[in-house]
Amino acid sequence: MRNRIPVILLACGSFNPITNMHMRLFELARDHLHQTGRYQVIEGIMSPVSDSYGKKGLVSARHRVTMAKLALETSDWIRVDPWESEQDTWTETVKVLRHHYNEALRAFQSKKEFTRNKHPTESSTGNSLSCQQPVLPELKLLCGADFLQTFKTPNLWKEEDIEEIVGKFGLVCISRVGSDPSQFIQESDLLSKFQHNIFLTTVSWDGDKLLCVQNGEKEGRGWTQWIEGDEMHLEIRVCGVTCKQVFKKVQ
Amino acid sequence: MAMEDPDRKTEVVLLACGSFNPITNMHLRLFELAKDYLHETGKYKVIKGIISPVGDAYKKKGLISANHRVTMAKLATKNSDWVEVDDWESCQSEWLETLKVLRYHHQKLLSADVTNSLQHTVPITKLGRKRKQEQNSHEPVKKKNQSPVVKSVPQVKLLCGSDMLESFGVPNLWKLEDITEIVEKHGLVCISRAGNNVQKFIYESDILWRHKNNIHLVEEWITNDISSTKIRRALRRGQSIRYLVPDVVRAYIEKNRLYSPESEDRNAGVVLAPFQKHASDPKSSQALSN
Repeated sequence: MRNRIPVILLACGSFNPITNMHMRLFELARDHLHQTGRYQVIEGIMSPVSDSYGKKGLVSARHRVTMAKLALETSDWIRVDPWESEQDTWTETVKVLRHHYNEALRAFQSKKEFTRNKHPTESSTGNSLSCQQPVLPELKLLCGADFLQTFKTPNLWKEEDIEEIVGKFGLVCISRVGSDPSQFIQESDLLSKFQHNIFLTTVSWDGDKLLCVQNGEKEGRGWTQWIEGDEMHLEIRVCGVTCKQVFKKVQ
Repeated sequence: MAMEDPDRKTEVVLLACGSFNPITNMHLRLFELAKDYLHETGKYKVIKGIISPVGDAYKKKGLISANHRVTMAKLATKNSDWVEVDDWESCQSEWLETLKVLRYHHQKLLSADVTNSLQHTVPITKLGRKRKQEQNSHEPVKKKNQSPVVKSVPQVKLLCGSDMLESFGVPNLWKLEDITEIVEKHGLVCISRAGNNVQKFIYESDILWRHKNNIHLVEEWITNDISSTKIRRALRRGQSIRYLVPDVVRAYIEKNRLYSPESEDRNAGVVLAPFQKHASDPKSSQALSN
């Protein structure tokens, strides 16, 4: 757990209404980030859009926020934040990110003050993050491939906003087998510049082999797994280097 | 003469047989989709849903103890007002053909129905008295609550996905005469996704085609890719199954550490019970399609 970067996941959307799929996005993103070994997801925030967004069929924010709260009642790490829904005018996604980042920064700074003022022998046990100097968390936007695609729509996004979202914050995009967000990223100069901060994982069947492609900071990262009789073969690739390991079934 | 009420709907019980290893949100959705479909035809009224987990003697690879599977299904349906779990099949020491489970539940339904009918058609006075009153009555129109109740026979229909229907074609898995009786006497409600091969499958079989009016195909427009196999795989890999199965089921699996590489290896190399049973029966290898 040491040296892992704390991450807060933020999902913006209508949540009209919230569904199991929305909540799955969080679970999948957390699993993925944890499995990279580099991140520790400390919080998930769902931010329903305000009524002033004017989308067709959007029910009152009051209801959408309440439903999301009900759905997340039993979650110990995901919560609903009504700030965006309470704004008078529609708030650009980048502004929502900035707001929540500033909130996280504020919380981080007060935590830092707290640990600094604490007597060394009174340091709390258990949470490894509070035993050491607290690490500044990163805030990442959580979305599906359809959201990423909207970057293509002319006049929908300001280029400098996209730059800030993927450059300063980062994106975790969950996509389905079959769609190809990685290609979409490659085709966009802007997005490919910030590839290192866009994390995509696609897992699919390649015949009888399980193929995982991880698009993120490192080039050509992924693995392939398959069974040959009593053996499981695992091939791991990154930056053009391939490692292979064969596991034998325990008899 | 008693008149059959044309507006009277056929009462249906939906029976889902399977491993439920574990039960998932997808299984629960099958019932909802089937009920909606049957109600929309205007001809049926779904009165109950039954989940019947298969017994351990089925010997499927990765099948964990029936006790756990039944418990999880019960937890999942705890708050349902119409879907329940029946453990009769899972308690049998030998594997039972699906048709036998259908027959059992059909018989149960009929006996319960007879009891109900007796209770509701007889008014406060005794039967004999009632008849006497009717004979003396000069009323041309009988009051509604005095006319004898005639319902069409309630039915138990097998609820399944397209994979089960298509498994009819697997040699030695089903007996042809069982398939015939299932579609002829009971009926099938099959939930599948757009673009599936189910219609073609039915077309290519004379038996299924003959009884196609009793095979109800329901389209799953809001697709749900959850399968028990994928759930077990995610669990082995330490991945979250939250929101794919009811939370109480997830908690139960976690508490009892139910699924692991070891549990997945159970029955490895063992012949599946129906194959074992039908191996020596020439009738079982009769082809379904012609």
